[in-house]
Amino acid sequence: MKIAVCVKRVPDTETRIKIGVDGKSIDEAGVKFILNPYDEFAVEEALRLKEKAGNGEVVVYALGSDASQETIRTTLAMGADRGVLLKTDTPSADPLPAARALAAELKSGAYDLILFGKFAIDDYHQAVGPMVAELLDLPCVTAIGHLEVNGGSAVAEREVEGGIEVVELSLPAVLSADKGLNEPRYPALKGIMAAKKKPLEVKAVTLDAGGVTLLELALPPARKEGRIVGEGPDAVTALIQALRSEAKAI
Amino acid sequence: MAFQGVDFYGLDTLLNEDERAVRDTVRRFVDDEVLPIIGEHYLAGKFPKQIIPLMAELGLFGANLPEEYGCAGLNNVSYGLIMQELERGDSGVRSFASVQGALVMYPIYAFGSDEQKKHWLPKLATGEAIGCFGLTEPDYGSNPSGMITTARETKDGWVLNGAKMWITNGSTAHVAIIWAKTGDIKDVKSIRGFIVPTNSKGFSSKDQHGKLSLRASDTSELVLQDVQLPKDAVLPKSGGIKSPLMCLTQARYGISWGAIGAAMACYDEAVSYAKNRVMFGHPIGGFQLQQARLAEMLTEITKAQLLCLQLGRLKDQGTMTPEQVSLAKRNNVDIATNIARETRRLLGANGILAEYQAMRHLANLESVYTYEGTHDVHTLILGQAITGLNAFGG
Ligand SMILES: Cc1cc2nc3c(=O)[nH]c(=O)nc-3n(C[C@H](O)[C@H](O)[C@H](O)COP(=O)(O)OP(=O)(O)OC[C@H]3O[C@@H](n4cnc5c(N)ncnc54)[C@H](O)[C@@H]3O)c2cc1C
Repeated sequence: MKIAVCVKRVPDTETRIKIGVDGKSIDEAGVKFILNPYDEFAVEEALRLKEKAGNGEVVVYALGSDASQETIRTTLAMGADRGVLLKTDTPSADPLPAARALAAELKSGAYDLILFGKFAIDDYHQAVGPMVAELLDLPCVTAIGHLEVNGGSAVAEREVEGGIEVVELSLPAVLSADKGLNEPRYPALKGIMAAKKKPLEVKAVTLDAGGVTLLELALPPARKEGRIVGEGPDAVTALIQALRSEAKAI
Repeated sequence: MAFQGVDFYGLDTLLNEDERAVRDTVRRFVDDEVLPIIGEHYLAGKFPKQIIPLMAELGLFGANLPEEYGCAGLNNVSYGLIMQELERGDSGVRSFASVQGALVMYPIYAFGSDEQKKHWLPKLATGEAIGCFGLTEPDYGSNPSGMITTARETKDGWVLNGAKMWITNGSTAHVAIIWAKTGDIKDVKSIRGFIVPTNSKGFSSKDQHGKLSLRASDTSELVLQDVQLPKDAVLPKSGGIKSPLMCLTQARYGISWGAIGAAMACYDEAVSYAKNRVMFGHPIGGFQLQQARLAEMLTEITKAQLLCLQLGRLKDQGTMTPEQVSLAKRNNVDIATNIARETRRLLGANGILAEYQAMRHLANLESVYTYEGTHDVHTLILGQAITGLNAFGG
């Protein structure tokens, strides 16, 4: 079982984001970066599949600046076998060039599975995984919540409006992980130490020009302060009234 | 919301990637596994034993000891950060790891034979064996040199007699490191360490009931009555009061970091409460008196962090002195206790509830203030380091 997992370094969900002076990027000063949480599910799934198979390799790919090495090492500490950083200091806001760079690298890897998170929590594109599948001409199932691999095929489940969709697919394939797929492990301390000795290859890449240009980043408007509408049973009518006339939610 | 740490001076940039990764792993562990259950265990007066295998799996026991014995082989700054995060959960949880690592695994590592190391260290690292450290006696606390527990050498081994008091993990442990005099009762040089399986005949332990502090921790009294041990029970390289004191230096180092964890937990709680609790139409955090409290807390935490980080770097270089550890233990536990008390007060009536952390930490820190050398004892150690004059005798 040879599995590739593509991961991204993203700002921690609990960091307060500031927009850079250019108005198009995040001011990274003081921002804590983490492994994209959905990618964490993908890494965990890959490790479990390998452990279940009793053999194989889990290779982790990241596209980004040198700082992404730390993100890769987090996955090595969890148990991945080796990492590859596709290094670029000029990230693209367009998912297509990223997908092209990854696909070019993954093409010759002879992977049974290529896993992604369902989206990166920084840009929400939900695009790179399916684009890589398309570029490699592989079947693709997104946002999976359950996976069962049997030899050359697999059954995946995905949550859809009001229910569960069950799909069968042939391998090799590209899958993207949703929350609930598994409970990711913590990198144990020995894993953190072992990660330093695992191979991490850095390859410079130049992203081609995509068709999409980022014009502006803006913070959402500040939320208005809450208001207590009343106490006890009286509050119910006041709340209904407020939801109807002010919030127009019901 | 997950704990974000307190880092007013950008000290994260002074930590390397591994150190941060270790800290973050333990931080997450504490958020997920310790904080949800600690309040009820504290009230019940029970150590949460179910977390022992999880701690072992993460590699938290003896994490700064070498990999060849099944340990994580981390540096001392990482080790300190582990203690910090554990004590952010509860001093009892940190105490458990301190005893296992610094007071049981360390003496076996430092004073043990190859066989003892190979036999015990991997088992202690995996949590398969739990250890305790018996130095204090009913009549010898701050002055352990006065101990009256004896080990007499016989034809085929040793016979131990005596009593030990206030022993963390005492009733949980499979193995006890017992310090005893092998010579005359006045002969401090004859103090040696022994590895004593707790199922040995004549060994008994009793839970110390009625604690109002460190309730989520097992504290026990040990009695050794004609406990017969084989010849190889002695730690061959131990000798004199210096040996147990070397263990205490390791543990005190961890406590210096641990206290920061407890202080950060309280500060974090104080800040969020101050922003949300409205009185006289304003969040109480908008009142100068409460701001002064918070400013004081942040200042002391930042100073304590700097102290520990440098102490850790010195330990990693191999130049740290016991007196430097005394300064850090003394200062950090003291400021943490004050921060816990101020947080408790800032929280008003809620501050007395187990649902909040401050009073639990405050009560815990009173034990931490006393064990591993009381605050006063560390004052005397520093006084002696400064003046060259020993003031212990009065
Ligand atoms: C929860 C808990 C867990 C513990 N776990 C362990 C353990 O695992 N293993 C172990 O061996 N011990 C353990 N201890 C014991 C601890 O180390 C002792 O309590 C400590 O050394 C103090 O001893 P004492 O309580 O006898 O106080 P005493 O030594 O009687 O001190 C009483 C007071 O006198 C002061 N004092 C003492 N000597 C002087 C002096 N020369 N000058 C001025 N003032 C002085 C002290 O500072 C203190 O205020 C634990 C204690 C507690 C509370």
